[in-house]
Amino acid sequence: MTGTDALPAYNFAYLDEQTKRMIRRAILKAIAIPGYQVPFASREMPMPYGWGTGGVQVTASVLGPDDVLKVIDQGADDTTNAVSIRAFFAKVADVATTTKTTEATIIQTRHRIPETPLEAGQILVYQVPIPEPLRFLEPRETETRVMHGLEEYGLMHVKLYEDIAQHGHIATTYAYPVKVEDRYVMDPSPVPKFDNPKMHCSPALQLFGAGREKRIYALPPFTDVVSLDFEDHPFAIQRFEAHCALCDARNVYLDEVVTDDRGGRMFVCSDTDHCETRRTEGHRGTGLPQTEGGETASTSREAAE
Amino acid sequence: MYVAVKGGEAAINNAHRLMADRRRGDRNVPGLTIEQIAGQLALAVDRVMAEGSLYDPDLAAMAVRQARGDLIEAIFLLRAYRTTLPRFNNSTPIDTATMRIERRVSATYKDIPGGQLLGPTFDYTHRLIDPAMTEDGPVEPGHRRPVESDACAPRVTDILNGEGLIEPDVFSNAEPSDLTREPTEYPVDRDLRLQALARGDEGFLLALGYSTQRGYGRTHPFVGEIRIGMVDVEIDMPELGFAVTVGSVRVTECQMVSQFKGSAGVKPRFTRGYGLVFGHSERKAMAMSLVDRALRADEFDEQRLAPAQDEEFVLEHCDNVQSTGFVEHLKLPHYVDFQAELDLLRQLHEDTTTATIDDDQAPLSEAAQ
Repeated sequence: MTGTDALPAYNFAYLDEQTKRMIRRAILKAIAIPGYQVPFASREMPMPYGWGTGGVQVTASVLGPDDVLKVIDQGADDTTNAVSIRAFFAKVADVATTTKTTEATIIQTRHRIPETPLEAGQILVYQVPIPEPLRFLEPRETETRVMHGLEEYGLMHVKLYEDIAQHGHIATTYAYPVKVEDRYVMDPSPVPKFDNPKMHCSPALQLFGAGREKRIYALPPFTDVVSLDFEDHPFAIQRFEAHCALCDARNVYLDEVVTDDRGGRMFVCSDTDHCETRRTEGHRGTGLPQTEGGETASTSREAAE
Repeated sequence: MYVAVKGGEAAINNAHRLMADRRRGDRNVPGLTIEQIAGQLALAVDRVMAEGSLYDPDLAAMAVRQARGDLIEAIFLLRAYRTTLPRFNNSTPIDTATMRIERRVSATYKDIPGGQLLGPTFDYTHRLIDPAMTEDGPVEPGHRRPVESDACAPRVTDILNGEGLIEPDVFSNAEPSDLTREPTEYPVDRDLRLQALARGDEGFLLALGYSTQRGYGRTHPFVGEIRIGMVDVEIDMPELGFAVTVGSVRVTECQMVSQFKGSAGVKPRFTRGYGLVFGHSERKAMAMSLVDRALRADEFDEQRLAPAQDEEFVLEHCDNVQSTGFVEHLKLPHYVDFQAELDLLRQLHEDTTTATIDDDQAPLSEAAQ
């Protein structure tokens, strides 16, 4: 094998059309049964398992030439893996990319849901490591599928109850289980429970891809998504006392940035687009230099388009 | 401060550039050629083909070079290419009885029709690092047998089968399952298990096979036969009405003869474990045959107690591309979830100081995902 004639050429968005059809069928089935994990013949992708192969396959299958793609990891557009996946689609599909939540038609995410509410017509694609919410209670797929079939979710409630008995709180802070349309218990992917309420009745289509585990599931627009809880221990999201040090946002999810080795901390928006938008609107946090119109180094980013 | 925790496109490009530099190493030393890797690191190339499940020595050698000798990385490269290839046909089952044998040994008989043939093996070398390996000295060519036209080397299992002492081969023309094209649903059939094992990580299967020998799912194995050599790959041509040879591949086959079983209507017979691997890889083929036999526990009414007998456990964890991906993804940023855990932990600390609970148990921290 020598020369370039034998070197591979790739289809639009990498996957061949037959594979896309197979994945779209799985997506349609997932939309028809919200919260149900549809097995699909996950392909080996040119990035490692755990880096978002499920999300990438879902995105590749729903992506069209006119779409505008946004990719975030930990809420940020410029984390290494988000940069890498965005560059992948820019290369293999030549689609427009953006960092603006409002401009995107497809948003692939790992671990966060954007702060800006999504709109009808947008698709949010989640990267999912372990799609089975019952997996850490029962390691066997053969068992958990039966449990879902019989709607046998007592074990999950026992687990949450044991948390309360031991710690006084439900000790699950991310990948907090939800019940979909009062039927399937679903793993919301490892988003902080702060983001769970955003899944409920979202006008956007939410698709979940787990490549290594070969599962796709979905929340069609305006689906009921309820975080599991008890009457006397109602579900509550994280509350931050701090405001964002850059844009002064409150009631958003914040990253804690260690600023020195003497306990210095500052809190900044996890959602970089949200933070940037607010700063262009004139909001200023306490962490910015208090100079007139001073753009700090931290706000200069490469344009991704 | 804020910038320091973010990565960027420039950082990735620079990292790739540095990696390419390190891969090449000292520019005063000639670069490795594909021929050198395929010819002189042939067993590494074989492993990459086997676990990459794509038979292409040149491509595998390229992958080994690109991966700087990291074989799992090379396997990954090959897999990510293989997945894009169209499937246009299934070959007919290869017939290892007609193999052009390079090595063939049986542990169950002193001698067998066709003879024992050591072939190229490390088995009886003394593991002394050879000073000659510092340079490229002359190497004598190996002795070759005269080419026999009708060399007959029947499989040992066929010899046993002739006496009815071993369970027969199950002949099937059914289309084989393919775990790379269909989602796996448990329980699975043996064909799919064998596919998973053939692609499975050599180290993982080696440890599992070893565990069966140490009592975790014991099967009393004997190496009926190991054979290594080239076999023809044929494809049925409906237009022609006969099969056409499209090429040949080197494979290692291991037939493990295991503990006998009988039942009310059936006389006791030896059972089989089967291993078949691309290239020259006895260790993998033997480990595979041990694990294959262990996974057949249900067929023989054996209790499934050991890890090697647990189909879901073995199949879900034997793939090194999957395993390495999920283990290594832990180095990706997880700070959003970690923040949530920090938050809870602080809240629990506050609770204990305000409510003087004498429970000092740390909260259950869930593994990062």
